[in-house]
Amino acid sequence: MSETVIQVNHFRKQYGSVIAVEDISFEVNQGEIFGLLGPNGAGKTSTLECLEGLRQPDGGSLRILGIDPVRQPARLKNLIGVQLQSSGLPGSMTPHEAIQFFCAYHGVAPRYDLLERLGLQEKQNTQFSGLSTGQQRRLALALAMAHRPPVIFLDEPTAGLDVPSRIELHSLMSELQAEGTTIILATHDMAEAEKMAHRVAILLRGKIAAAGTPAQLTATGQRLTKISVSSEASCLSVNGTGFPAVNQRVVKDDYSIFYSTNPGQTVSAILSYLENHHDPLVDLRVERPSLEERFLEITSSVAKIGAQP
Amino acid sequence: MTAFASHLSYDFRTGLRDRSLMLMNYLFPLFFFVMMGALMGGINPTFKETMIPGMIVVGVMTNTLLGMSGPAVAAREAGIYRSYKINGVPALSIITIPVISSLLHVAIVSAIITAAAAPLFGGKLPTDWGTFALVIFLATFAMSGIGMLIGVIATGARSSMMYGQLLFLPSMMLSGMMFPTGLLPPALHRIAMVLPATHAMNAWQALAFSGPANFSAAGSLVALFAGGAIAFGLAALLFNWDSHNTSRRVSPAIALLALIPYALTILFR
Repeated sequence: MSETVIQVNHFRKQYGSVIAVEDISFEVNQGEIFGLLGPNGAGKTSTLECLEGLRQPDGGSLRILGIDPVRQPARLKNLIGVQLQSSGLPGSMTPHEAIQFFCAYHGVAPRYDLLERLGLQEKQNTQFSGLSTGQQRRLALALAMAHRPPVIFLDEPTAGLDVPSRIELHSLMSELQAEGTTIILATHDMAEAEKMAHRVAILLRGKIAAAGTPAQLTATGQRLTKISVSSEASCLSVNGTGFPAVNQRVVKDDYSIFYSTNPGQTVSAILSYLENHHDPLVDLRVERPSLEERFLEITSSVAKIGAQP
Repeated sequence: MTAFASHLSYDFRTGLRDRSLMLMNYLFPLFFFVMMGALMGGINPTFKETMIPGMIVVGVMTNTLLGMSGPAVAAREAGIYRSYKINGVPALSIITIPVISSLLHVAIVSAIITAAAAPLFGGKLPTDWGTFALVIFLATFAMSGIGMLIGVIATGARSSMMYGQLLFLPSMMLSGMMFPTGLLPPALHRIAMVLPATHAMNAWQALAFSGPANFSAAGSLVALFAGGAIAFGLAALLFNWDSHNTSRRVSPAIALLALIPYALTILFR
């Protein structure tokens, strides 16, 4: 069993009379990418900032590799890498200087190779204020990784990145994860969380509204699985009714589209039907409800509960 | 390169590369020196006696009182200190490195002013170079402590500039760089003695230029050192990593304690 790297027990944070996070608990294992999802104001950043030692929790306990980030921040600095949401670098600092500066404070040799890896080599002598948003975020990521920390916090890492940079970032995250690095990913991008995270926790109004693997979360929703089928003779579009677990059928272009509560059962029945009617299959697509749809479902149900008198 | 050296090297280069810092560190004091040397030398012959210390003290003030607090406030507002904290940059480095960097910039400006003042405008050269350098060091130490303290307590760029000007403008008028403080009415003279620039000018004139002392020159040296030390101590005490974290341990009004050593010299002059 993997070692538990991050432990959050009954964590609580409030600002004046406003409760930002209320009694949440979760654990993250070594080598895991853990997604922290939620709308603005849900408590993601408060949770991250307390774990990073930037803020003090008002209750509960936090541990990273057994270290209390509030009481032992000096011991934590080489164990965590943080990509902050805000820039966090002086406008006049160049990427080359930033790597040298932060590596020096971590006591490691400068990792200039990261500038090349993240496509910043040509900009290594450009001042931070002269970099594009995407380049600034890539530099922030390079700095978070530069001292090879076992735990990395990424706060909206792909915000402002173009598609190639986003793909490169995901590839880097996968590499780091494969090497055993634990990654906490706070993001609004549900597709990113679904693709990259092993487990996610959805925070709403300071509480964990749902947690589990993306597959577990999407499977527990009310949404139906979309099954699109195309065959040579298009026999389904003429007489494709009565399949098990199908709530709705739509014919569009060459496809018959079924919305099923039990996709396994429905697909088996469709394939049998096509075989019996000697109509060869051309294309079959099964689209489970996305994490984004499940997220919207959870947020709307919580909003309804909150609106009840 | 060690972390401290890397940080200092970056900070020093920023003072040359950043346009507003370049203005505060070099362009303004050197332009002011040329302008005043050309104008005042003819109007006020006694100005030549105080030209070098007066123009150096302007350079020290623009570098520290006006140039140091703004970047500190901006760094806090932009989350740069948060980033520093996460990466293990100690608060002590954040407070001390700009001071060392300022000392280097002031040393360069002082060297230019000292080298140019005599041949260009007939400015009087120091008679005791060791004391001359010591006062440059103490004046920069004292005023950079105040500059950093302003950066720590100011809630924004506007208030940091306002606090800096509250010391800069009276210093320009009352500290003895334009005319001797002995000519001031008693009330204004007392106000002048609360200003670090007045003590720098007094110590320079008496100890480095063989001129008359308006009050105890040794007292001025002690006041500059004690004022600088108190200002740094207060800056460390009041330092805040995060603009969002508004919970301070003590009131920022405690920053006024940094002027106590200068005020005490009124009693012991």
